[in-house]
Amino acid sequence: MKKMGIIATKGTLDMAYPPLILASTAAALGWEVMVFCTFYGLDLLRKDLSGISISPLANPAMPMPVPMPVLVAALPGMQAMATMMMKQKMKSKGVASLQELRDLCLEADVKFVACQMTVELFEYEHSEFISGIDFVGAASFMDFAGEADVCLFI
Amino acid sequence: MNVDKELDARGLNCPLPILRTKKSLADMTSGQILKVTSTDAGSVKDMQAFANQTGNVLVSQAEVNGEYVFMMQKK
Repeated sequence: MKKMGIIATKGTLDMAYPPLILASTAAALGWEVMVFCTFYGLDLLRKDLSGISISPLANPAMPMPVPMPVLVAALPGMQAMATMMMKQKMKSKGVASLQELRDLCLEADVKFVACQMTVELFEYEHSEFISGIDFVGAASFMDFAGEADVCLFI
Repeated sequence: MNVDKELDARGLNCPLPILRTKKSLADMTSGQILKVTSTDAGSVKDMQAFANQTGNVLVSQAEVNGEYVFMMQKK
């Protein structure tokens, strides 16, 4: 059986997708998958994923309906609006929600682990995360990654 | 060709057609045929890759009016 290890470090809407898409797809192909969530990637393991957002700020490649100066993108409410528009667009294009992809991962036995160091750094409680995950350090990832066919840092 | 089960993946985008295909095959028996209809242009190559990786056989694929039809035989 092939194995893939992913380190997920980002917690924005756009960057939350690649780890979950690749993990769910690899699992569907019969691969064994571990996703090590650290820093902002810990947000992928929150019980409620609805707070995950995207901002047009510092993101000049993001397609906007109208050209938007940086200072306009920085106005209050713009991040919420961009997030809402992106989610609507995804839905209309038949793109799965993050929740749906994570559920598919869990169903397919993708192993999610959380970096205990960053959990402590951000003063999170284990109870804020979904059940069934382990809280580990880098050595645990190496233990898996050393035998993996594919390793990705996202 | 006898179709044992059909999957309508129209309107779904990557990676859902593959994930639904995997799920549909799960409760089928070896040798049975799953017909998948998709509108995701990426699924053309992805279905081949899925077959390569899983050992299920992509018996045929065709494009009909902008839709992609795959016949997948369970391993």
